[in-house]
Amino acid sequence: MRHSIVALVLSAAVTVGALAMERPAQAETLVKIGIVQATSGGSAALYGTMQKNAAELAIDEVNASGTLGDIKLVGIHQDDGGDRGQSVNIFQRLINQEKVSVILGPTLTTAAFAADPIAQKAEVPVIASSNTAPGVTAMGDYIFRTSPPESMVFPGVLAYVKKKSAPKTAAQIYGIDDALMKAAYGVHKKALDAEGITIVATETFQKGDVDYSAQLTKIKAANPDIIVIGGLAEETANIVRQARQLGIAPSTRILGANASISTKLAELAGPAAEGFTVGSSWFIQYDNPRNKAFVEAYRKKYGSDPDTFAAQAYTSVYIFADAVKRAGGVSDPKKLRDALAATKDLDSNVGPFSFDANREPVIAPKVLIVKDGKFTLATD
Amino acid sequence: MSTFFQQVVNGISLGSTYAVFAMGCTLIFGVLNIVNMAQGALFMGGAYLGLEAARLGLPAPLALVVALLGGGVLGVLSDLIVFRTLRARGGHRWMGLVASLALARVMVGLAQEIFGTQVQRYPPSAFLSIAWEIGGVRIQLLQVVIVVVSVVLMALLAITLQRSSTGRAIRTVAFSEDVARIVGVPVGRTIMATFFLAGALAGAAGMLLGNLFNVVSPFMGDQMLVKGLTVIILGGLGNVPGAVAGGFLLGLIEVFSVAYVSSSFRDAIGFGLIFLILLVKPTGLFSRVEDRRA
Repeated sequence: MRHSIVALVLSAAVTVGALAMERPAQAETLVKIGIVQATSGGSAALYGTMQKNAAELAIDEVNASGTLGDIKLVGIHQDDGGDRGQSVNIFQRLINQEKVSVILGPTLTTAAFAADPIAQKAEVPVIASSNTAPGVTAMGDYIFRTSPPESMVFPGVLAYVKKKSAPKTAAQIYGIDDALMKAAYGVHKKALDAEGITIVATETFQKGDVDYSAQLTKIKAANPDIIVIGGLAEETANIVRQARQLGIAPSTRILGANASISTKLAELAGPAAEGFTVGSSWFIQYDNPRNKAFVEAYRKKYGSDPDTFAAQAYTSVYIFADAVKRAGGVSDPKKLRDALAATKDLDSNVGPFSFDANREPVIAPKVLIVKDGKFTLATD
Repeated sequence: MSTFFQQVVNGISLGSTYAVFAMGCTLIFGVLNIVNMAQGALFMGGAYLGLEAARLGLPAPLALVVALLGGGVLGVLSDLIVFRTLRARGGHRWMGLVASLALARVMVGLAQEIFGTQVQRYPPSAFLSIAWEIGGVRIQLLQVVIVVVSVVLMALLAITLQRSSTGRAIRTVAFSEDVARIVGVPVGRTIMATFFLAGALAGAAGMLLGNLFNVVSPFMGDQMLVKGLTVIILGGLGNVPGAVAGGFLLGLIEVFSVAYVSSSFRDAIGFGLIFLILLVKPTGLFSRVEDRRA
């Protein structure tokens, strides 16, 4: 009896000692990162899941690298299901209860317009990586994004095409009942006007349309040097295919909107997609050591290829980590915000990254051209 | 001028798919005088069955047979599940409308689960990509094939209705179910045969449109249903030749409203014109219902 009590006391003492030993010698400072990405709820989840994965990957990498010293980043993911009511609740919880230092997300622009003002008021920075509609960062000086809007990508693509073939005339066709595509149309038109290219035909289509032959026949009659499509991947693929079927020559280059980038496009359009030209902030084969490391690590951890939004979510974490380092921690939100805003030529997986005065991303656009059924980086 | 003829070609090939689909609609909506909202889903089902058959390596004509038969079977199923059941329980005709709408949504949901929501395409065919340029007008072999197939299907339907015993039974039921019963026509079986024919035509139209415009998606039937209803009203309810003519007419109207007015107003012009036609000829363009149904 006596022996067993001694044994018990001894074993308890050993256990406590072992627990005490496991504690780090030096206290870590935990910095919480709220990740608001839809991982359920239809097509939003398609984009949200990849961004969450990429952000968590980057957080692990930053922690493992030790660049932040005794600061440890902790990602707290919350699923808003693409529902902006949920996003608002989640923002409130992350800010008031979890006391996060930054929020990455949300997935959808509509959710951003509902929830970002809460973070702005609480002076918690928000970095979006998939909101591309105009006006997101205009909500306040704590709102940032790494996803460039069409207006920052298309002019670069047009400049490339102008250098290659000096087009004089263009035809435009776009989805008239889609806010994103109408906005893309405006951006395309402005860029064409700025380059002095005459628009000889403007046609529209609607969601669910499958027959574009009437519009394309009109475009063919106007005989433009280039055709610019404001459409999503599936519509764009069909327009490209039907244009070639109608006998619009391959010398008439077809340009698309950023939103049409998808492996689906080349698959649906088949050989007609050859030469289709589009611009993007990022590209999986983008030849940059940081990008190669990102793609490789992502594939290894998740067994699939990342998309553009995932790449931009990954960039967001590195931008934040860099700002934390320059601000010397997160205790002063004003200082942290200023450090974020001062991000300049950060060596990232999308190339040198800076924020402009409106907290919009400054990234060199990459021109992609479909070649042998695949998007490939224009090298010349 | 070549642009004008090109638009005519565009309109005819679009119209031929409307015509085939509308023939099925006019059988159900017009002849049997009931509304099957699942007709668009049958169209979608046929497109997927044809697609799967083509992917298994079946040549296009056999894939079309699969789409035809598959659409027909789905049509029979919609009769068995919805209309026959409702008839047996003494349900009102309008209940079939809502019940078949429910069936359509179930079918679209199933298609989303099985095939996914992304648009799919038929395997590319070098043979069908052949095209000729005649006086500045581009005609594709695919368009010719589709118009020919449509015309053959129309002729087959006309022969079936006019010459076969099933066709005679359908026409008798269309005239009056009571009369049909008195003269010994098996009404239940005849209605089922009508559903089969209508489903087969919807399935074939699905495959034709899927090939022509390279799109197969779970939602492809939704717009088509509206077009089908429009065409049969335009052509005169229950009038098969009227449905054919109405189909081509709607295709041409749509193309020409884009060509000569504006693509933004295509549907407004298309449907506006139909409204005007019906104001002038309330029974449809081609004949009066009562003349044809007997």
